Amino acid sequence: MSRLLSTRSLQVTFVGARGRRDAKAVDGVDIDIGEGEILALVGESGCGKTTLARTMLGLERPSAGLVSYGGQPLRYSVRALRAYRRRVQLILQDPTGALNPRQTVYESVAEGLRIHRLVERARKAGQRSSETELVARALGRAGLRPPERFFLSYPHELSGGQRQRVVIAGALALEPEVLVADEPVSSLDASIRGEILALLLRLREELGLSVLVVTHDLGLAWNIADRIAVMYLGRIVEVGSTEEVLGAPQHPYTRALLSVVPEMDQLAPIVLRGETPDPARIPSGCRFHPRCPALLDGTAAAAGISADCVGKALPVLAAEAGHAVACWLHPVEPTVAAGTAEVDQSETATRPAVPFSG
Amino acid sequence: MTEPLLDIRDLHVTYRTLGGSVPAVRGVSLSIQPGESVGVAGESGCGKSTVASTILRLQPRTAKVEGEVHVLGKDVVRMRWGRLRVLRWAEASMIFQGALHSLNPVQRIGDQIAEPMRLHDATVGKVAAARRVGELLEQVGLSAARARSYPHQLSGGQKQRVMIAMALACNPSLVVADEPTTALDVMVQAQVLDVMTGLVRELGIGLLLISHDLSVLSSTCDRVAVMYAGRVVESANAGRIFDDPQHPYSAALAAAFPRVGDPKSRYSPAGLAGDPPDPQRLPTGCTFHPRCHWAIEDCSRIDPRLEPAGTDRTDRMVACIRAGETVGEAT
Repeated sequence: MSRLLSTRSLQVTFVGARGRRDAKAVDGVDIDIGEGEILALVGESGCGKTTLARTMLGLERPSAGLVSYGGQPLRYSVRALRAYRRRVQLILQDPTGALNPRQTVYESVAEGLRIHRLVERARKAGQRSSETELVARALGRAGLRPPERFFLSYPHELSGGQRQRVVIAGALALEPEVLVADEPVSSLDASIRGEILALLLRLREELGLSVLVVTHDLGLAWNIADRIAVMYLGRIVEVGSTEEVLGAPQHPYTRALLSVVPEMDQLAPIVLRGETPDPARIPSGCRFHPRCPALLDGTAAAAGISADCVGKALPVLAAEAGHAVACWLHPVEPTVAAGTAEVDQSETATRPAVPFSG
Repeated sequence: MTEPLLDIRDLHVTYRTLGGSVPAVRGVSLSIQPGESVGVAGESGCGKSTVASTILRLQPRTAKVEGEVHVLGKDVVRMRWGRLRVLRWAEASMIFQGALHSLNPVQRIGDQIAEPMRLHDATVGKVAAARRVGELLEQVGLSAARARSYPHQLSGGQKQRVMIAMALACNPSLVVADEPTTALDVMVQAQVLDVMTGLVRELGIGLLLISHDLSVLSSTCDRVAVMYAGRVVESANAGRIFDDPQHPYSAALAAAFPRVGDPKSRYSPAGLAGDPPDPQRLPTGCTFHPRCHWAIEDCSRIDPRLEPAGTDRTDRMVACIRAGETVGEAT
């Protein structure tokens, strides 16, 4: 899988207003999304996952580091960004808010085509496809069939799932290569959720799309993602294949997140106290140490590394690493080749509760 | 058996709209004992929030309510206004869905929590109220000093805890929570649910928890009722309904939240095709049959009743004519 969209040493800092400290929303992230890959970016609210996604879309500018697409660093001129945004499309959480209530489905989907002059371009390239055909094709791909039936509908006439499909059709009309979906199903009903996730999988299969899905829902990641990156306070703390990260989680934070998924009742829930701390005051050493259960229960002290946890900063995880963890309990091994931490499939299936000493 | 805190019998709620009458709830019965938590699951529009609103008689004027809703043995549907004011907050309170926006942004949270206390008991002095506010905040895992904060100084999870503290202010016996954790992420959701289950255990209150997330209900509640198109289609012990659903609709809801690590759900998200029915044009027979993989010809003719079914017949009720067969295994 060749890499399509990547970041290197990416930092995004929001300057503090009126003497407040700067907030480091993204504080050094190296990550790759391959062609046709579905990557889930997982973390709590406030961990910087949405800022990272927005920066990868070119909606925020990095304070340091870079975003690159197809091997080329992203340029921020108006023209370059417009071309880029056609190829990398955003799908928002709440389809009701994302659609103009006074626009028909047809208008909503055609708007992007007009902004990017796709019909004219297709004509110049010798293809004779009308706007109506392109809109119908996008709606059909998003699972709204027959598309003509939806042309003149208004958002309020559609169900939640249909609205989300219209939003996705709007993105697909531009023939993008990457979809960035920010919590694509969290505002939808349980029954619709699976349908939309199945659609994302089908789009990857049929059109070879890459998808970056930003979510706090590990069940969603298990349903569709090839790889998972767990983010905490501006950094990736664990990354690897979905089987590795959810089947044999190494970072105490990943374990805690997994243990509180309601379906995981066989795991003793590790409910962390407090919430993601302030990105303007990132703790010293390992940024997770003030909430880390392994530090609190003495596991870290037993391993003789508690001083490191509190005082020694961890390196940024390399994008090329297979299953990698930013934790002093798991000294960073020079794992460059993907798949070094092979997980036994039978173990993944039964999922034993892993003790912290790991 | 003690008297139930909440006893809903054959509740029907119909909304009168310009387009005719819309039956939102069509015969729901439900009861909660002290110290028990009961969950109601279902899609938007299934009537679960309407059921919740009738408990404190908060439904809009356009709603016609038939049947009985007893809170602590008293019928709320026919209660006088004065009595209703005593009931609200002091005997039963509610935690709302949009809780994150229901706090007054320009009032300190301590004052907001104290307000129902002072309204219900004029003899409560300022000092006593402040002490009680401190206790309540500590009960929900916040420090008493937080009373001086304004809502914007709190995070989403903290605001939701303030809402819980407020609901507990007048020592109610029954708390109704409508999607209390929907806007929160997993870790904060776990914290808030921990607080709520702890309160049920320690204070012996009854909790009615409403959510579209069957996995949340099954891990928090004792019993769960699944609603579809205004009716309960299955009710059972909470763990069993998630692990071994008998109604095809419960099975679809349970499958929507995969078990992480289950190879069956890897790359195959489970959904339920189609949309919930329009309450004004309900399908004939079983209202679920147009979306049901298990529907047979009889399903479009016979409207199934909620009856004991499955291996745990004593505490499981299912409304499906094929309930005796192993429906759950298909999904």
